[in-house]
Amino acid sequence: MKILVALKQVPSRDSVLRLDGEGAWIDGGDLSYEINEPDAYALEAGLQLKEQHGGETVVLCAGPEGAAAAVREALAKGADRAIHIEQDNIERLDTLALSSLLAAAAKTESPDLILTGLQSDDMGSGQTGVVMAELLGLPHGTIIMAIEKLDGAIRVKRELEDGWFQHVTLPLPAVLTIQSGINKLRYATLMGIKKAKTKELRVVTAEELGGTPASQSACTRVFLPSRSKQTQILEGDARTAAEALAGKLKYEVRVI
Amino acid sequence: MSVLVFLEQSGGKFHRMSWEALAAASELGGTVYGVTIGEAGEAASKPMAALHTIADPLLAGYSADGFTSALEQLIRAKQPRFVVFPHTYQVRDFGPKLATRFGRVFLSDAVKLGPDGVTRQLFQGKLNAGFTFPSEGPIFVSVQAGAYRGDALPAGSPAVEPFAVSIEASVIRAKSEEPFRESARAVDLTAAEIIVSVGRGIKEKENIPMVEELAAALGGELAASRPICDNGWLPMERQVGSSGQTVAPKVYIAIGISGAIQHQVGMKGSKAIVAINKDADAPIFEIADYGIVGDLFEVVPALTEAVKKAKGG
Repeated sequence: MKILVALKQVPSRDSVLRLDGEGAWIDGGDLSYEINEPDAYALEAGLQLKEQHGGETVVLCAGPEGAAAAVREALAKGADRAIHIEQDNIERLDTLALSSLLAAAAKTESPDLILTGLQSDDMGSGQTGVVMAELLGLPHGTIIMAIEKLDGAIRVKRELEDGWFQHVTLPLPAVLTIQSGINKLRYATLMGIKKAKTKELRVVTAEELGGTPASQSACTRVFLPSRSKQTQILEGDARTAAEALAGKLKYEVRVI
Repeated sequence: MSVLVFLEQSGGKFHRMSWEALAAASELGGTVYGVTIGEAGEAASKPMAALHTIADPLLAGYSADGFTSALEQLIRAKQPRFVVFPHTYQVRDFGPKLATRFGRVFLSDAVKLGPDGVTRQLFQGKLNAGFTFPSEGPIFVSVQAGAYRGDALPAGSPAVEPFAVSIEASVIRAKSEEPFRESARAVDLTAAEIIVSVGRGIKEKENIPMVEELAAALGGELAASRPICDNGWLPMERQVGSSGQTVAPKVYIAIGISGAIQHQVGMKGSKAIVAINKDADAPIFEIADYGIVGDLFEVVPALTEAVKKAKGG
């Protein structure tokens, strides 16, 4: 089975974000980056499926030159080869434009299964996989918690709301968006890191994929959310703050 | 200008976020129409110019292919300027597909709709951003849970207009089985008056008892955000958020929880919210009534002691 895993590089979860001078985007200067967490679970699912059923796991990533670090990490974890669509400022592309680029690259591979995370930690649109599926004319499943390979099909466990689940069978090829926590992430081994250096990493440009589609929606400004409540911050060392909070719980919230 | 709102239901029971989407749609300043797949039910008394109902045996159970095909037919026939959805799990599954079929971008999970565009959250709620609408319709938008109030809509009496669709069985590629729950819930967090909830900041399973002691001192229930339950550190039945339980206790104490939207939708209706987090910029502080910015490994034991003392005094 040929499995394509689309992953994105995003600022690390504990990043302190600062706006750039114009409030047009964040100041990326001193940020550290990582593989988008749900995509890391998609990669792990892809690696496990390959280990169980044979075949190949190919990584697909769109992003600037620096995103190659995420691609190399995926190769070190066990992906066989990678395609990096080198594209600066992908945050300026709307979800349809970015998904179109990814779909164009995916098409050249004709995979049996495309996996990606259910959403990105930066833009959070939660639709790349679904849009890719429609562009490629493939069926899809979202928020997937388990994957079972059948003959020419897959049976997946979808997460619904409020603690409900549902099993769905899809014919292959298909696209799945993976929920965080579906599996246990592996670390790259020293051997893996060494081997990754010999693996194929193909860099392609948007032009080679037929050009970057025009975006229909643009981000006009980025700003700090306004607080919906007046938060009383309790100051002082841990003990002082804790005692002040206990006082609030007793005399204002009245639960003690 | 017309605005079409998708009202999600399951066997006659409408998703409460459908009414929130309806409230949000009125911000766009057009004539509001509704569409639901199933019977009109409760939607027949909501404020809309008309309600389109779609019925077909192939739409009795949800499928992305079936729902997309049905709504595509309605939208092509009625040509609304806007199509507004509640950002539910079901809409996340077919909304982007439907928009793509029209060659349009899907503006998902908006927290505010305006005449020129939407506001969306970025970076797990740490930042907000404004996005413009496409210049050509139909414009597809989904509305975040809790962003608008759905419980204060005026009454209405829309004309109920059945819309006939034609769907080939072969269009539906997915074969869906009956939805199920993993196990009966032994813990009903919705009944708790005090909830002490723990998130990623706790770092290791071995540190959970520290939070448990605080919950015990307060006489409250222990809960958690998703990553904690994913790791198996606490059972899934203690999870609060969009995929877990929705709670509204007298006080919700969030410990080491950053407050991603998926968590907030499950607890922001709490009467009082306390946040204990080392990151002063964590989104949880945006909705907290009381906050301590500090190291939870120092604050939580101190709070347990202080609570015991306050109870004794």
